[in-house]
Amino acid sequence: MSLVARGLDVDLGKRRVLRGIDLTAPAGQLTAIIGPNGSGKTTLLRCLTGEIAATSGTVFLNGRDTALMRPEDLASVRAVLPQQTTLSFPFTVAEVVSIALTASPTPMADRAGLVRSALSQAGLPGYSGRLYQQLSGGEQQRVQLARALAQVWTPTGRDGPRWLFLDEPVSSLDIAHQMHVMETVQAYARDGGGVIAVMHDLNLTAMFADHVMLMCAGRIVASGTPQDVMTDRNLSDVYNIKIVRNCVPADGIWVLPQAS
Amino acid sequence: MVALEADAGRLDGDRAHLGRNIAILLSVLLLSVAILSLGHGASGVSAWTVLIDWMTGQTVDVTDRVVLFDIRLPRLATGILVGASLAVSGAIMQGLFRNPLADPGLLGVSAGAGLGAIAALVMGGLLPPAVAAAAGWHLVSLSAFFGGWIAMLTLYAISTRQGRTSIATMLLAGIALAAMVGAVSGLIVYRATDDQLRDLTFWGLGSLAGASWTKLAAAAPLMLVALAASPLIARGLDGLALGEAMAAHVGIRVQRVKAAAILTAAGATGAAVAISGGIGFVGIVVPHLLRLVAGPRHRWLLINSALLGATVLVGADMISRTIIAPAELPIGIITAMIGGPFFLWVLLSNRRTLDA
Repeated sequence: MSLVARGLDVDLGKRRVLRGIDLTAPAGQLTAIIGPNGSGKTTLLRCLTGEIAATSGTVFLNGRDTALMRPEDLASVRAVLPQQTTLSFPFTVAEVVSIALTASPTPMADRAGLVRSALSQAGLPGYSGRLYQQLSGGEQQRVQLARALAQVWTPTGRDGPRWLFLDEPVSSLDIAHQMHVMETVQAYARDGGGVIAVMHDLNLTAMFADHVMLMCAGRIVASGTPQDVMTDRNLSDVYNIKIVRNCVPADGIWVLPQAS
Repeated sequence: MVALEADAGRLDGDRAHLGRNIAILLSVLLLSVAILSLGHGASGVSAWTVLIDWMTGQTVDVTDRVVLFDIRLPRLATGILVGASLAVSGAIMQGLFRNPLADPGLLGVSAGAGLGAIAALVMGGLLPPAVAAAAGWHLVSLSAFFGGWIAMLTLYAISTRQGRTSIATMLLAGIALAAMVGAVSGLIVYRATDDQLRDLTFWGLGSLAGASWTKLAAAAPLMLVALAASPLIARGLDGLALGEAMAAHVGIRVQRVKAAAILTAAGATGAAVAISGGIGFVGIVVPHLLRLVAGPRHRWLLINSALLGATVLVGADMISRTIIAPAELPIGIITAMIGGPFFLWVLLSNRRTLDA
């Protein structure tokens, strides 16, 4: 079972943002999408989740054409973490997470436990009574992660693997929480679920991704293991600065989570 | 990762129990206010004497019976339905527009209904006398109602393309439409006679004074259907609070919810405005208060809005009938005079939560 896209073209307004995207992301792996600003990463994710329709091409999730799936069916197999979510009303954290269970078959009696577990998983035990709007950006991002986790809590179901689509899941987090969140979603993939993450941090990508897709100008220009894709040449070409991997700077300090 | 944490009682931050308790409290309150309202009025008729006499089979004074059954009771029913409709429509519009300040007025419903009423009041005389006589005062209600619906449907058509309704377009087009409708209303008012102007002013202030069973029969079915349908979109509105894209991601059929929300709110408001004129503030204040107390989830918010809206309007109507009895103060004045300062006070004392 996997996520498959065939011949995706996406136009936003009159501009073609994605061109001829073909990809296959198997469940059980953490697939990272990297690339410079404006290369089409988020658009690709929005198209894969069904938020925007492709101009041409098809997305198959677990073998089913997503364009033909009902929203509630789609919601039971995949959850989405957007870059940013602003709320218009003063919801508590518990309420935000439980809204994810709108279309869920989870019995009412289990929902409180599910919300609690998802919050602990996102490193927010005891936050359920807090008001979402009063949390910091990083805390809000983790509440949204908890919401996504609660929606597809078990990584595999009778009907196949469940999927997490994450748009820069660690962008507002400190280094410890970045590690924690990446470990959490990696574990989700290890347990059989599928994870697709748009990433900016190349070090975290190298550490956690099983599969990397490098995007540039609306196309996937390289796809494979981090080792194969994140080469000096590929990265330098795409990001348009000189990048040398595994090279210690001559002076100054540098901090990487891997070192610990 | 599959195992769930043991369920240690109620989830902190889940305010559903508050919503339920408030619903019970408000039901009791509404019942009390309703009973009180039946017993109070410009004439000194006591509801209890009449009821007891009537039930024990004694002859009831005709005047007393008329006061109770043909004046106070339809007025009470109208107050309950109009109050509930305005408050629920307000809550729905706020959920749809993701803005606590949204109001049915935004959809051009009120402006459209106003135009309908004004046209009926001023140009009703131009109709063939037979038609005018048959339609009578219903002409105002009916044309207000249709005016509201036409405005709303126009707006919906403008802002829906390829099966998707743009809420932003709707909001902006609503302002434009309200301005245009207002201009036409102004033109008609310009031609009105002094007597008609007085009628117009009173209609605009809002009142339940004209309530009757016949008027209610025309408007009640629509309000009842809208009120009964509203809980069906509660989950959809919760989802929309996270944004349209997120709502779809958690499995909500966004376009269907939007269409249902617009139809429900416009129907309920159109009918309410048609029989009671421009009663302001209920649609904004009531849902806002309830959100402060029991949170913004729509399941209980919609039910409680109906209950509190009805209570507030019946209470305000009681004041309007008795404060300068035997004359009546238009109810719109009461709701604005009490609602305005009260709303300000609530806003100021909750400033910290709002700004966060």
